[in-house]
Amino acid sequence: MRSTLLQLTLAVAAVCGFAGGDWLQFRGNDGTGASPETNLPLTFDAKTNVAWKVPLPGRGPSSPIVVGGRVVVTASSGPKGDRLHVLCFDAESGKLRWHRQLWATGHTACHPFGAVATCTPASDGRRIFAFYSSNDLACFDLDGNLKWFRGLAYEHREARNDAGMGSSPVVSGDTVIVQVENQGESFAAGIDTATGETRWRIEREPDGIWSSPSLLRGKTPSEDVVVMQSRSRLTGHNAQTGKFLWDYEASCHTIASATTCGDRVYLPSYGLHALQYDAAKQTVELLWYEPRLSSGNSSPVVHEGRTYTIKPPAILVCGDVRDGSVLWQLRLQGAQWATPVLAGGHLYVVNHQGLVQIVELGEEGKLVGSVQIDPAILASPAVADGAIYFRGDQHLLKVAFDH
Amino acid sequence: MRTLLHLLAIVILSEIPAVTTTAADVEPLLKTLQAVGPEGAGHREAALAWEQLAEADVADLPTILAGLDQAGPLAANWIRTAIDAITERELGRGGQLPAAELERFVLDTQHVPRARRLAYEWLCSVDQTASARLIPRMLDDPSLELRRDAVGQWIEKAASLEKSGKNEQALATYQEAFAAARDLDQIKLLAGRIGKLGGSVDLPRHFGFLVHWKLIAPFDNTDEKGHDVVYPPEKEIDPAASLPGKHGPVQWIDHTTDDAYGTIDFNKAFREEKAVAGYATTEFLSEKRQEVQFRLTTLNAVKLWLNGTLIDEHVIYHAGSELDQYVSTGVLQPGRNVILVKVCQNEQTQSWAKTWQFQLRVCLPDGTAVLSSDRDQ
Repeated sequence: MRSTLLQLTLAVAAVCGFAGGDWLQFRGNDGTGASPETNLPLTFDAKTNVAWKVPLPGRGPSSPIVVGGRVVVTASSGPKGDRLHVLCFDAESGKLRWHRQLWATGHTACHPFGAVATCTPASDGRRIFAFYSSNDLACFDLDGNLKWFRGLAYEHREARNDAGMGSSPVVSGDTVIVQVENQGESFAAGIDTATGETRWRIEREPDGIWSSPSLLRGKTPSEDVVVMQSRSRLTGHNAQTGKFLWDYEASCHTIASATTCGDRVYLPSYGLHALQYDAAKQTVELLWYEPRLSSGNSSPVVHEGRTYTIKPPAILVCGDVRDGSVLWQLRLQGAQWATPVLAGGHLYVVNHQGLVQIVELGEEGKLVGSVQIDPAILASPAVADGAIYFRGDQHLLKVAFDH
Repeated sequence: MRTLLHLLAIVILSEIPAVTTTAADVEPLLKTLQAVGPEGAGHREAALAWEQLAEADVADLPTILAGLDQAGPLAANWIRTAIDAITERELGRGGQLPAAELERFVLDTQHVPRARRLAYEWLCSVDQTASARLIPRMLDDPSLELRRDAVGQWIEKAASLEKSGKNEQALATYQEAFAAARDLDQIKLLAGRIGKLGGSVDLPRHFGFLVHWKLIAPFDNTDEKGHDVVYPPEKEIDPAASLPGKHGPVQWIDHTTDDAYGTIDFNKAFREEKAVAGYATTEFLSEKRQEVQFRLTTLNAVKLWLNGTLIDEHVIYHAGSELDQYVSTGVLQPGRNVILVKVCQNEQTQSWAKTWQFQLRVCLPDGTAVLSSDRDQ
């Protein structure tokens, strides 16, 4: 019954603009990077609108998630990065509720820029799925009880990338989906959320890619389509079975991930490709392609008929979802890795130097605030319950209006 | 009425003794966790066992830590997280950890290194003197994490001596730390400090890099097909042979690297080229039969043979590398052993894809070098 309720809840998320107080995965509940939250600060500093700031025991480009009043974040530490952390904080107080550590069973080499805790965890509302560059996948309940643990690279020794891996999992019904793309042994797998057993596994193109899977949500999870990039194509698979449904040939971006919104897919690939998904035919069709809407490393955000992409060097470009036309551009500062988040009519863009740039969205983009927080931020923020959570290499920060 | 029911429930619950896991219960639970395997094998039973184990009394920590001795990498994480839960619960309610027992566990080198390290970290959380008391004795500890901390303390001690102008003592302390160090960052730092004080280190010897080789190249690797082609060196190593190479006959050449980290660079030994394969062979004299690790580092596709048996292979090109990228195990026979490495370069055109090289070292599982008995330097 609980599972059915959960499935129904997730089915509601099929349309952009998921309503709810959680932020369950990379780029939010519906994967668009947008939140329905409205009452968020446009300015904050050490004394104002910072509810709490807590230290973290390790680094990580992984983003925080928010589930049931808890903020969960992963980290990795140690000279070899093989100490994997899952930390759960009380969202209200910032108090550490629990902290679990794991030993990596797979390869931990990665570019010094990154860390083994690169992948953002995901949640189905009852469980937390923590995934790492070492291809270790652990499931905890919200109280920190280990439900299962998989060492996917322990099982598949050549599944490794010595520059690190970065794909974040997504959850469809009772399946958590991971994408493990590399030169050694590429695959994607659907793992049973309750038991950790493999529901399906498919081989993938043997080449390195760091993007994350996205979901085209159906009316029920059995109709969900998981969308995955490889170097040469975008493919769609039934999320419950892994069955191949369609592909779209393109030199996909290897880092920025496709964004799904309703029955559309926005694929970064030397610009932006807008694809229309036809659930009846189980095909996709190109609607438009716009090279000026290219992405650097951050993924596109899509909300209320507009796309927001950031191309080097830090140029925010707003596009029209109808035809891909460029509506406006705004020059920002610094190298961008973190995918921005959209809430309350503003885009929160965090650059690698830790500068949060707040852009008011409208007929033009207007920079209305800049706040310097921790340096070296690679993680996308999370938005939930009237707060924005920023994760740097050393701290997790909650920004919300002072009471 | 509702309040009354709540009160009643509280009274009833308070009369029920708390269900805790007793010492006798711990062993079978550990066995269940130790039995988990790949592909989710044993998960259902393990999830139930984990919940019970996490309720164990803190006094059982040494027994549970010892359960890591018989745990594979997957099972170790089940046990470790249960230990986290037990200790966190106890400290959260203001309880104590069994510090004396934890310390005994840390000092008992019969236990696996990661269990001892875990015991040490929980000990440090309740005993702030533990690090200063225990770590200085751990310069040659089998736990590389504990050893690393000891080397770190030695470095601090030497730096302090250096700052006081006691350079001779500082140098000796740095050298002692260098001999014990197994982590690249510490080794590099120590090599620099020792050099600055007029000392010298033999990095290839410290790591166990093989530096004397015979090389032959180029063979064809167009379309990355050469990796699977059995070229003559894979059948027979004849140092005098002239073999058909990619562009004509090729011969073995002697090659010794003076690189501190044992890099054998085919581009330098021959010429920069794409779509090629090269071989390197060397002999290793062992005084006894011994199992050792072969640690390869390369950005190219690679195969490694020991005495004619393929012991490692990776078909990955230019996807990043770090020292000791590939670790394989082999058994050295008493006397002469023949090592053969095949290194394939692909056709990527990026500037960072020119590299055609490898490093190979022979060592024990803790990274201690194993040297050929005829090694001169």
